[in-house]
Amino acid sequence: MKRDILYFAWLRERVGLPRETIDTNAATVAELVAELTAREDRYALAFSDPGSLRVALDQELSDFSAPLGSTREIAFFPPMTGG
Amino acid sequence: MIPLDIRVQAKPFDYGQECGRFAQQTGRVGAVVTFCGIVRDTDTGALERMEIEHYPGMTERALTQIAEHAAARWDIKACTIIHRHGPMGPGEAIMMVATASPHRADAFAAADFLMDYLKSRAPFWKKEITNQGATWVEAKDSDEAALDRW
Repeated sequence: MKRDILYFAWLRERVGLPRETIDTNAATVAELVAELTAREDRYALAFSDPGSLRVALDQELSDFSAPLGSTREIAFFPPMTGG
Repeated sequence: MIPLDIRVQAKPFDYGQECGRFAQQTGRVGAVVTFCGIVRDTDTGALERMEIEHYPGMTERALTQIAEHAAARWDIKACTIIHRHGPMGPGEAIMMVATASPHRADAFAAADFLMDYLKSRAPFWKKEITNQGATWVEAKDSDEAALDRW
């Protein structure tokens, strides 16, 4: 299934692009991360400490064990620093 | 639903003017609390600028949800949140919240809650640029811990 993957802040810088569309069979966020990190070193580096990252599924905060289901847009980013 | 005014914008805003307008529009309610976050310089005065990245779409959605939670929990009659993104210099206003309530305690609590939540639940990321280079601001454990108060 085709899904849009978005990256923000230092994660975007490490991956080297703000968004991409990929065709994936991953069933959960964790599986998707495993698939991405296996692709290239820059992904492995970006996701080397998944515990320090956050994920949003279709613009709602979620977690790495969540099923992807019909999610179109998956965003990865570091903890937020607004305010 | 109470009036929620949520603005995510690159352009500067006039804090004084926004406070005046908010107080005027909600004047008969009784109590207004406002807070403004300002770009802080480093201890050595080396900050050239701050850049704030955000997640268009999710940002507006998250801020609206946070404001709706506040409105469901406290007796507030109006709420404004303005948050900027993009580059800004030391001393410039980054964001503001305003709450209006018949009761002072509710206006304060709701504003405090909004600040705690938008710090770690709204998708903004700050980067500080000095003559030494650029650094992403790290989230503090205390910011996350602050949510437990609520």
